[in-house]
Parts: sequence; structure tokens; C-alpha cells
Amino acid sequence: MSLWTAVLLASAAAFATKYAGHVVPGHWLEGPRISRVMALMPIALLAALDAVQTVAGPGGRPVVDSRLAALVVAAVALRVRAPYIVVVIAGAATAAGLRALGLP
Amino acid sequence: MPSQARGAADSDRGGPEPLSPGRRAEVLRQSLSVGIATGAYGISFGALSVAAGLSVLQTQALSALMFTGGSQFAFVGVVAAGGAGSAAIATATLLGIRNGLYGLQVTTWLGARGLRRAAAAQLTIDESTAVGMVQPEPAGRRLGFWTTGLAVFVFWNAATLLGAIVGNALGDPKQWGLDAAAAAAFLGLLWPRLRSGEAAGVAATAALVAVLVAPHAPAGIPVIVASLVAVVVGLAPRRKRVAT
Repeated sequence: MSLWTAVLLASAAAFATKYAGHVVPGHWLEGPRISRVMALMPIALLAALDAVQTVAGPGGRPVVDSRLAALVVAAVALRVRAPYIVVVIAGAATAAGLRALGLP
Repeated sequence: MPSQARGAADSDRGGPEPLSPGRRAEVLRQSLSVGIATGAYGISFGALSVAAGLSVLQTQALSALMFTGGSQFAFVGVVAAGGAGSAAIATATLLGIRNGLYGLQVTTWLGARGLRRAAAAQLTIDESTAVGMVQPEPAGRRLGFWTTGLAVFVFWNAATLLGAIVGNALGDPKQWGLDAAAAAAFLGLLWPRLRSGEAAGVAATAALVAVLVAPHAPAGIPVIVASLVAVVVGLAPRRKRVAT
């Protein structure tokens, strides 16, 4: 599959998902179990993505490097209710600073 | 900005009362600050996407057509790690499922049809839904949704272009901590959802599953496997125990 095909198919799927929510009868997803799965889904996905983004190294093996320190700094920023953009910049600055000092 | 108060659609949705100028300004301020703050991190998306091997045009296509940050980062993350296109599509789509759920709510505020409904669907993301949801009156929800959605769309796409072009000139995005910026950005999206013990437990378990699966599966698969944690916990019979 070419990269363009993947870009366009994924974009079409993203739009179809959004659009479906606007046209699906609301009661379809009102079962208590289904709505619990749907509420937990973004939490599981974001946590998994974040874990992979933070510790996965070459071949998917976990490595500890500046990304983990950056995530801790971001968590502290979130704890003190820093604005979203400050959290993102704090994470980037931490990793950039540590790498400038020669750390991985 | 699409006019947020189309009389006809309002009749069965709490009335067409217009917002007071003060409330209007308040909602617009919220929308704009969320739009700028969220949009700005399109710079790191643009830079990461180009570094992952996508062209500037492909990067821009994702921001304009896919337009849902988490899925976009996931897509280029899978591509950067050498994953298959199908894995990139699957990961991005799974991560975008929440937008469909937001749509269920948003559609009850707007009552839009045809092209307006398609536009509303494209703008249905975390931020537009969140800003709309916190407004107490129907006109405020509509204004908050539309202006936040449009503000994020404009700033996100402009920032993506900047990141994609400047990113090329900057060299290795790691040097600038952009990989860590993405990690921090995901944490920022996750953080407000971690209020309950169940949510924190699901997050921790999913993170662990993903890290354990990562060395043994192609990029993109670990996240999909980890999403099963949400399915298992969500479908499990409720136990009446001390929820910690």
C-alpha cells in the first residue's frame, strides 16, 4: 500500500467515524456496558500510545532515555494545572536540554 | 464562522434565545485560547510527520482531512517505526472512535443537516466537544462548538505547515525534544480522564500491555492489543467492591 493510499484511507475512516456519530440513532450506544467500553477506550488507547511513545526504542524494546524524564516533567506541569501548551513545551524543553547535555 | 443560531433548527432544542454580549465574548475567548493552544502543537505534528517520511503535502492532508490530533500522531508514529500502512490506518481509526461518540452528543446541540452536518462532523474533536459541553445554554454550546472547532482547524493546519517546513530545516526532531513533546501532548489529553480509580487502572494496565507487546509485534499493534483492556474492563460484570 502506498503512503498516499494509507493517508487517504485513514482520513476517510476518520471522517466516517465522526459522521457516524452525527447520524447514528443515539439509543444504539446507550447500553451501560457499551458506553463503559466507549468511555474507557480513549483512556486505554492514549495510555498505550504514550507508553510506546515514551519508552519504546529500536525494535520496540523498552529503553530509558530523556523521553521518560520529559514525561515526568509534563506530569508535574499537569499536576500544578499548567496550560496544555506549557505542558507540551516543558516536555520538549526537558528532552532537548538533556540531549544537549549528551544524554540519550 | 457558520452562524451558530439558525432559527429553524432551534425550535425543539431549547429555544433560539441569543447570547448576551458578555456571554458571547466569554465563549469566544475560551474557544480562541483553546484553538491557539491546541493548534500550536501542530508544529510538532508537522515536524514529526516529515521526519517520519511523509511529504509536506501528505502531512498537510492528514491535518486537513483526518483532523484529529491523536490519530494523526499515531499514524505517523506507526509509519516512523516502519509499520505497515494497514497498521497505521487501524491504529489511527481505533483512536478516532471517541470522535464518533462525541458526535452523538454534538448532533443534539446543532440539529444540522446536509453540508453543515458534514462540516460539523469534520470539526467533531476533543476540544470543540469539550468547550461546547461546558456551556450552560444551547446557543452557548453551538457557538462554543463551532468557534472552537474552526479555531483549532485553522491554527492546527497553519502550525502543521510551519512544522513540516521548518522541521525539514531543523534536522533531527529529537534534538529539539519533539518526540518528548508528543509524549507530553498525549499525557495532557489523558490526564483529565484519569479522575476515577478504574480509569487510572485501565491506563496503567494498557500502558504496561503496550510496552510488553511492543518488542514482539509490528508497530501499531501494541496499542490495538492494549485497547482490549478497555473492552475487557468495560464488559466485565460490575463487582461491588471498594473502588480504589
